[in-house]
Amino acid sequence: MKNKLARFSIPYVIWMALFVVVPIIMVVIYAFSEEGGGFTLENFTQMGAYTVVFTRSFKLALIATAICLLLGYPIAYFISKETPRFQQIAMVLIMLPMWMNFLLRTYSWMSILENNGLLNQLFQRIGVIDLYNSIAVHFAADPALYEPIAFFQMIDTSGAVVLGMVYNYLPFMILPIYSVISKLDHSLLEAARDLGASSLNVFRRVIFPLSLPGVLSGITMVFVPSVSTFAISTMLGGGTKLMLGDLIEQQFLGGAYNPHLGAAISLVMMVIVVVCMLFMNRFGEGEEQAVIL
Amino acid sequence: MSKELIRLVDCGMRFDGETVLHDINLYINDSEFLTLLGPSGCGKTTTLKIIGGFLTPTHGDVLFDGVRINDLPPHQRQVNTVFQKYALFPHLDVYDNIAFGLRMVRPKLSRKEIDTRVLEMLEVVSLKGFEHRSVTSLSGGQQQRVAIARALVNRPKVLLLDEPLAALDLRLRKDMQQELKRIQQQMEITFIYVTHDQEEALAMSDTVVVMDSGRIQQIGKPEDIYNEPKNAFVADFIGESNIVDGYMRSDFQVEVNGRRFDCLDKGFAVDEAVDVVIRPEDIDIVPPEQGKLVGTVTSVTFKGMMYDMIVDFRGFKWLIQTTDHSPVGSRIGIKIDPDGIHVMAKSEYSGMFGDYSSFSEEYDELDDASVVLEEEESGDEE
Repeated sequence: MKNKLARFSIPYVIWMALFVVVPIIMVVIYAFSEEGGGFTLENFTQMGAYTVVFTRSFKLALIATAICLLLGYPIAYFISKETPRFQQIAMVLIMLPMWMNFLLRTYSWMSILENNGLLNQLFQRIGVIDLYNSIAVHFAADPALYEPIAFFQMIDTSGAVVLGMVYNYLPFMILPIYSVISKLDHSLLEAARDLGASSLNVFRRVIFPLSLPGVLSGITMVFVPSVSTFAISTMLGGGTKLMLGDLIEQQFLGGAYNPHLGAAISLVMMVIVVVCMLFMNRFGEGEEQAVIL
Repeated sequence: MSKELIRLVDCGMRFDGETVLHDINLYINDSEFLTLLGPSGCGKTTTLKIIGGFLTPTHGDVLFDGVRINDLPPHQRQVNTVFQKYALFPHLDVYDNIAFGLRMVRPKLSRKEIDTRVLEMLEVVSLKGFEHRSVTSLSGGQQQRVAIARALVNRPKVLLLDEPLAALDLRLRKDMQQELKRIQQQMEITFIYVTHDQEEALAMSDTVVVMDSGRIQQIGKPEDIYNEPKNAFVADFIGESNIVDGYMRSDFQVEVNGRRFDCLDKGFAVDEAVDVVIRPEDIDIVPPEQGKLVGTVTSVTFKGMMYDMIVDFRGFKWLIQTTDHSPVGSRIGIKIDPDGIHVMAKSEYSGMFGDYSSFSEEYDELDDASVVLEEEESGDEE
């Protein structure tokens, strides 16, 4: 259909072409070419060496997504049951950290989790570490050889990476779920109660199934950035927990400079994510696009 | 009639310090079709929600079969509800929507039992063959039927219906009125129906409860409500009416516009000021010389079955519905049979309704505050 207003969309079409379509095409070209410019599949065969990074990335992203869901759903549910005033305040509090720079937030987790960071200092002060040592010594194979610890190893672990992901992406889980639940027609809940459903059954048979679109978009919005994250893993994983994002970054900026391999990894990751999302969306037909920020 | 099933005793409701229901007393019989009728905000839905258990009255008692059920939650009452916008579960198909209530029954019903009862209900609401349609693909009338089937499947003693036909178009609404009445008679259960549509109320109900500003104005059979309204509000809300000031000169004699009319009402004090209700269709047009009152036609509207005429009697305008056309400006006489006149005691609603123009200067002697208002309006018109 020809529309007079269509020409106003031209700038956006150009923008999209320049900054979305062209880069993707470039990624594809790079992925299938070697340094000289010829066609090759070597970039993909080479990738076998990084299987462990792929599995680690997807594993940690899955764990982080699962934790976000387990935390986010109840939070969203209970907020939506509160008074409008409480809901407003809760929403602001949930969004507030997102107004601060992402790196800054992650840095502050570093200083909290570090070996002589805030948390370990606190544990030291209140005697948790001494307590741990006095208990652990009894369980040690040879109590004489037991070396008391001075801190809990928190930073540079997979746990810290997952924590960083959960902390950064939790709002993206809460908001879509909250928005779906709070928009549920109240008369549906009354109808369910009227038909004899207990509170548990109202939730199980009405609220939960109807909130699934929110859950799906929440999962998407947490999983995708988690699987491709690089700053969190470098800062909180200490570089020992290399993830896909870090790997790709290294191919472009780091010492292992090889943009062709980087492009190939990006492409594979993109395909896997798209396949995951298509699979998920089959369950969330008519899913509302959750718009955030 | 059959025995009493529900009784509200001095039931009142306050929200945030505002009284929405004033000490309501009402009883509802078994297998009765009772309608709560009134304008929005009159307390009819609140009353329904109290019976359904969605609201607990601030004071007073709700009795079911003689047992106090104030604190019984909705699902423990033998009452089900058809909601205003049907409230069908969008994620379930027609079958599962109807089966919802059965699946909540403990101890669990067998699959076969559920199946039989769902199909039975589909038959009652004439939706056989729609079992596996998605509810969102149904028309408004069909969704309505699913909602009724879903509410009836647990065989409640009482079905509450909250303006269930409001979203349907006129034709469908008329069909569904018949349908609802048929279902009610077939299932032999009590229907408590909330509406603001007086035609709907008159067409379907055994008993009509007219409500306004949180109070019951009148309870009665549809005919009684129409023919013997208790006050100006009821007279005006149920159908068109001319409500004029009059004086009861003696039993069976009322004076309107300075002329005495025979009526069927008695028991008022001599010369008591009253409201007189005259339905537009009860007025007979006669040649001016034979008329009890003589007036000038000021407007005529063709309504298909009849004409709506506004007739000016010494500055006081009445609505007359007639099949005989009289042109604008012509002088006509009117006659009213004694059974066409209904006399009501003055109430807080006097002078607020049933007026098709304004009072004229000749009626200044009535020192009713509302008359002053009416006069201002007349000024605008002239």
